[in-house]
Amino acid sequence: MAMSQTNLASVQSAPSVAAAEPDVAVSARQISKTYGEVEALRSLSLEFPRGQLTSLLGPSGCGKTTLLKIVAGLLEPDSGEILVNGKAVTGPGPDRAFVFQDFALLPWASVIRNVAFGLELRGVAKSEREDVARKYIGNVGLAGFENAYPHELSGGMRQRVGLARALSVDADVLLMDEPFSAVDEQTRRKFQEDLLSLVQNENKTFIFVTHSIEEAVYVSDQIAILLPRPSRVLEVIRPSGFRDSGAVNIRRDPEYLDIVDKIWASLRSYVE
Amino acid sequence: MRMFGYRLPGMSSLIVWGLLWELVGRLGVTFFLPPLSEVFVTLFEVIGTPAFLKALGETAYAFILGVFFAIVIGVPTGILMGKNRLVDELLLPWVNIFLSAPLTALVPVLMVLFGFGMQSIIITTTLFAIWIIILNARAGVMQINRSLVEMARCFGASPFEAFTKIYFWAALPEILGGVRIGVIRAVKGVIIGQLLISIVGFGALFELYSANFLMAHFWAVLIVLFALAFTISELLAYLERRVSYYAAKR
Repeated sequence: MAMSQTNLASVQSAPSVAAAEPDVAVSARQISKTYGEVEALRSLSLEFPRGQLTSLLGPSGCGKTTLLKIVAGLLEPDSGEILVNGKAVTGPGPDRAFVFQDFALLPWASVIRNVAFGLELRGVAKSEREDVARKYIGNVGLAGFENAYPHELSGGMRQRVGLARALSVDADVLLMDEPFSAVDEQTRRKFQEDLLSLVQNENKTFIFVTHSIEEAVYVSDQIAILLPRPSRVLEVIRPSGFRDSGAVNIRRDPEYLDIVDKIWASLRSYVE
Repeated sequence: MRMFGYRLPGMSSLIVWGLLWELVGRLGVTFFLPPLSEVFVTLFEVIGTPAFLKALGETAYAFILGVFFAIVIGVPTGILMGKNRLVDELLLPWVNIFLSAPLTALVPVLMVLFGFGMQSIIITTTLFAIWIIILNARAGVMQINRSLVEMARCFGASPFEAFTKIYFWAALPEILGGVRIGVIRAVKGVIIGQLLISIVGFGALFELYSANFLMAHFWAVLIVLFALAFTISELLAYLERRVSYYAAKR
């Protein structure tokens, strides 16, 4: 399976194949979306294996954020459908949680209320949701900052709040829209390492939008390379070997370096 | 401001103007301007009298109710306009017209519609205050960070929850700014209402004093009114500063 997907020029798998595949958490089928004159996505199909991290990688304008927002139910596709656990998406739902590029925290609310906000909207009682929030605030390494306000935190800490909020609603699918692009390089590296263990420990499906090739190769079980105008899936790459060599050794692994080079080779002509 | 190396406290210029007033008053240039000291003496004489307290009560009643309706109608309307393009297209021209319209000219129409009583005065007050409150709430909502709205939708907020948990708070600094300006306009509204509709409250006092050339009394009441409006406005400005820490970070 890993080999068969490595060199697919486009993934236009028939629906019956997808339905027979039990370990697919999210599948996009023939998704098209245009904004006025601009064609963002054309008949795009892609599958996201359960419990794994798939990144959507591509130059700007390739529709990766659009695809993510369609999966989230924030945007409606012009045609095609998204299946999450076999059910068609008609709007946002509790099976998916979103991590925003600009964090999207409530500036007037404390860290704990921000983290518990998803549960607050679901009508969970205050003491109960704050217990859950406290647990995830600890998990993302922000214990002690429960009563701080977003403007008192650094960018990296704010994104940890955003991450804790997404985790606390316990959704099957975590959608991350360039979550580390607004934080500094060192913080980003730490985030990437933390993300690896998060994917390993939480039994969740991650869809991760990024424009960094190194980041995509580092954190992903599967990388979908999207190309713009018209938007299409160029290739789905599944790195095999280096994931087990430990977070600190990945960047020295020959396969890691080969894949980074290969992706750059296929993308460079699309970067203006 | 600094002068001769000393930091002057806020509104020091009032002292200069006060002295000038006193001087002009003592020169007896015009009956219109008695010395400031005389005005203040009159002020303390007047302030405890039943007539003054009655006027204060009537004015406060109309003012508070008028501002109350302006806020409870204006803020949700403004938020709705900022959220919903259709509502905005429908209402914005009217809001802009009424914001700049000479509302005083409308008062006779209100008297025909709502009679000569307190009701018309309250409506006049509301009409003076509400438009800027609507426009500011609208502006506050329109500059809200899109991803906050998407976040609320993602985590399953109903439209009502988005309204009360996101839009209102995100727009709060602008809403308070609008309420502050609206309150100042409402002071004008309530006095104009009291002068034109039925002669009650401070309006009646102004009418009485100016008709009898009691200029010291006239100025005394005006100063009281100014002090009240200024206090309310400063109180709201203080609240505005309390919440504006996050205004730049939405």
